[in-house]
Amino acid sequence: MASTEQEILEGLAEIVNEETGLDPAEVQLDKSFTDDLDIDSLSMMTIVVNAEERFGVRIPDDEVKNLTTVGDAVRFIQGSQG
Amino acid sequence: MLLHGKTLLVTGVLMDSSIAFHVARLAQEQGAEVVLTSFGRTMKITSTIARRLPRTPPVVELDVSSEEDLSALADRVREHVPHLDGVVHSIGFAPQGAFTFMDASWEDVSTAVQISAFSLQALAKAALPLMSAGGSIVGLTFDARYAWPVYDWMGVAKAAFEATNRYLARDLGPQGIRANLVSAGPIRTTAAKSIPGFERFEQEWGTRAPLGWDVNDAEQAARACVALLSDWFPATTGEIVHVDGGFHAMGV
Repeated sequence: MASTEQEILEGLAEIVNEETGLDPAEVQLDKSFTDDLDIDSLSMMTIVVNAEERFGVRIPDDEVKNLTTVGDAVRFIQGSQG
Repeated sequence: MLLHGKTLLVTGVLMDSSIAFHVARLAQEQGAEVVLTSFGRTMKITSTIARRLPRTPPVVELDVSSEEDLSALADRVREHVPHLDGVVHSIGFAPQGAFTFMDASWEDVSTAVQISAFSLQALAKAALPLMSAGGSIVGLTFDARYAWPVYDWMGVAKAAFEATNRYLARDLGPQGIRANLVSAGPIRTTAAKSIPGFERFEQEWGTRAPLGWDVNDAEQAARACVALLSDWFPATTGEIVHVDGGFHAMGV
């Protein structure tokens, strides 16, 4: 079942919170994972793997480097759910 | 089934692109019971990825640089299975500095050698109380006879790793335990992608290997690991089996 952008954002914020302790309200579409949210590569892998489970999508390793902002990730997940 | 009734300890499952993930998957399909190891912050990833295997295996904590973890390993594994027929070593690490040959510090190099080579002896020793005759230890190398682009001190560590395998074969042979390595061609895993300039390996391989080579296919190396873990290589130890499309046998 495809999710709305808002649902994906909220789910992603929960996953980020679980991994980093970051306030879910901080996780906004225009925020960069590395520059704004200070998420390192290992945390990013954890977030990606959990997002795959939660949203039932596959995010190939080669794609992860293109997901600079939270919005990039949300759009990729939404697109994959198609 | 090739591994019917066997119990294996598999290290190095991080993502589902990991060679070790495919070893664990094929081993389960071939009838083995599998226990995984992971450590520190990667425990969470390994535990999630473990659920993508045909049967979700337990994951025990093992940092191969921790004396405490190594001495606790046998007890931690015993909580899940009473003995081990096989151990898969799929562990390697080198700091970024180790990938610049002429500028690397001894600190970088010693870390690479400890985690990537000494760890084979450390893991085997830690698992030994659970093993008996017919046991098999299998590791993964990248042909250390040559100087490669960008591999640098990791290549030196792999040479030490290959030598460690031979000494392990010598010392465990009298107990009926085999030690062998699979020398795979380049495979696009998380570990490979952390090596700067890894693509330079990929370009050559496919054209020079007589069988061709698919950098996205981890299963061919995993199959060889499963074969070496089975009873079908009963008199083979201290060996390195190339799973590289035949690249190693070609001149130009």
